[in-house]
Amino acid sequence: MSFWEYANPVKFIRTTDRLLPWLSVTAVLCLAVGLIWGFFFTPDDFRQGSTVKIIYLHVPSALMAINAWLMMLVASIIWIVRRHHVSALAARAAAPVGAMMTVIALATGAIWGQPMWGTWWVWDPRLTSFLILFLFYLGYIALWSAIEDDDTAADLTSILCLVGSVFALLSRYAVLFWNQGLHQGASLSLDKEENVHDVFYFPLLVSIAGFVLLFIALVFLRTQTEIRARRARALQARERLA
Amino acid sequence: MMPDLGSYAQYVLSSYAVSLVLIVVLVAMSMHRARKVKAELEAIEARVKRQSGERATRNG
Amino acid sequence: MIALLTRDMRLAVRAGGGFGLGLAFFLIVVVMVPFGVGPETALLSRIAPGVLWIGALLACLLSLDRIFALDWEDGSLDLLATAPLPMEAIAVVKALAHWLTSALPLVLAAPALGVLLNLPPAGYLWLILSLAVGTPALSVIGTFGAALTVGLKRGGLLLSLLVLPLYVPTLIFGAEVARRGAEGLAVATPLAMLAGISAGAVALLPFASAAVLRINLR
Repeated sequence: MSFWEYANPVKFIRTTDRLLPWLSVTAVLCLAVGLIWGFFFTPDDFRQGSTVKIIYLHVPSALMAINAWLMMLVASIIWIVRRHHVSALAARAAAPVGAMMTVIALATGAIWGQPMWGTWWVWDPRLTSFLILFLFYLGYIALWSAIEDDDTAADLTSILCLVGSVFALLSRYAVLFWNQGLHQGASLSLDKEENVHDVFYFPLLVSIAGFVLLFIALVFLRTQTEIRARRARALQARERLA
Repeated sequence: MMPDLGSYAQYVLSSYAVSLVLIVVLVAMSMHRARKVKAELEAIEARVKRQSGERATRNG
Repeated sequence: MIALLTRDMRLAVRAGGGFGLGLAFFLIVVVMVPFGVGPETALLSRIAPGVLWIGALLACLLSLDRIFALDWEDGSLDLLATAPLPMEAIAVVKALAHWLTSALPLVLAAPALGVLLNLPPAGYLWLILSLAVGTPALSVIGTFGAALTVGLKRGGLLLSLLVLPLYVPTLIFGAEVARRGAEGLAVATPLAMLAGISAGAVALLPFASAAVLRINLR
C-alpha cells in the first residue's frame, strides 16, 4: 500500500468520496467552534479592543493562502517528475481556493487596519507580498483556463508555478528591502516562548484547524470535479473520432 | 447573547461577513460544478456504453 | 546562432517590426504623467526615476508578444526546433534580440525623457546604469512569458498578467537604484541585488523558456 496508489484517478475518487463527508463535517464543526468561541467567548484585547476578534479569520486565511501555493508547488513538481494526472489536477483545483484565502486575508486585514492604523491599506511588506501573491494566483488560474489541451496546460502551469515561486520569494525580500512596515511580527511561531495570549490562542488553533480541513475538503471535491471533467472531455473526443 | 463589540462593531462584523460570504460562495460554486460535471460525465458514459453495446450486437 | 540573431534584428528593424513603437510608447507614457499628476517641478523630479522605470517596463512589455508570434505563425519556430541548435540557445538568442532592439533603445532614450521630468542631475548616471543592468532581466523574463503564451490566439493580455508579477523584484530594485542615485544616497546594495537578479534570470530562465517552448511545439 503506497501513497502513489492515489495517483490512480478511480482510486482517488473512491477514497476521497469516503473521506469527504467526514472531512466536511469536521471542517464545519471546527470552523463553527473556533469562530463562535472566538467571537462570543473571548475577552477584548486591552489595546485593540474588539477588533482582536478578526484574528480568527485573518491569521488562518493568511496561513492557508501561503500553504495553498506550497501545495500547488509540490503537486506541480510531482506532475513534472512522475506525470500523475491527479497531481496536476489537484494543483489546478487548489488555485481558486488559495486565491480566495488570499482575498480573505487581504480583506480582513484592510478592515482591521482601518481602526488600528487609521488606514485601509499601507504599502507594508507583508501586505504588499500578499497582493503580489494574489497576482500570481490570478496569472496561474488565467493560464490554466486559456489552454485547451489538458496535458499542455498542466505542463505549462506547473513550470509557471515553479518559476513563480522563485519570483514570489524574490519579491518578498525585495519588498522587505523596499519598505519597513507597520505590520506586527508573526503571531504564531514554534520557537517563541510567548505567542499570543492563551485566551486567544486556543480558539485560534481550532479555527486554523477548521481552515485547513476546509481547504483539504474543497481541494478533494474540486479535484474530483477536474478528474471527471477531464474524463468527460476525453470520452467526447473519442466519440467524435469513432 | 451578542457580545459588546464597542465602537469597533462595524469592523469586526463586516470582516466576519465578508469572509463567511466568500467561503460560502466558493463552497457553493465548487459543489454546483461538482454536481454538474458528475451528471455530464454519467450521461456521456451511459451514451458511450449504449453505443458500444449497439456496435457489439450489430457485429455479432 | 549569429545568423538567427541578425535575422531577428533585421526583422525587428524593418518596417512593421514594431522597432520604433516601443520607443514612441515610452515617450507617450512619460508625457502623460505630468498631465496626470500636475506640472509641479519639484513633484515631477521626485517621481521621475520611478516613472521612467515603469515607462521603460511597460514599453518592454509591449514588444514581448512579437518575440515568438511571427515565427510561430509562419512555422519557422518548428524549423528552428529541428535545427541543430538547442532550444535553450534559441531562447537566449530571442531574448538577446529583444533586448538589443527593444530594451537598449529605451535605455538610451531614458535620459532625454528624464529632462522632461526634471530628473536631478545626479540621477542620470544611475538611471542609465540601473536600466542597463535591469533590462536584461526584463527581456529574459518576458521571453519566458512569451514562450508560455506562444500558441494562444489572444495571448497579449494574458502575457501581461503573467509577466508583470514576475517583473516586481526587478522593478523594485531598479527603481530604488535610480531613486537613491537621484537623491544622492548610497546605491551599492540595491544595485548589487539588481545585478544579482539579472544574472540569475539570464542564467536560469532560458532553461524554463526552452522547456515551455518544447511543450508548446509538441
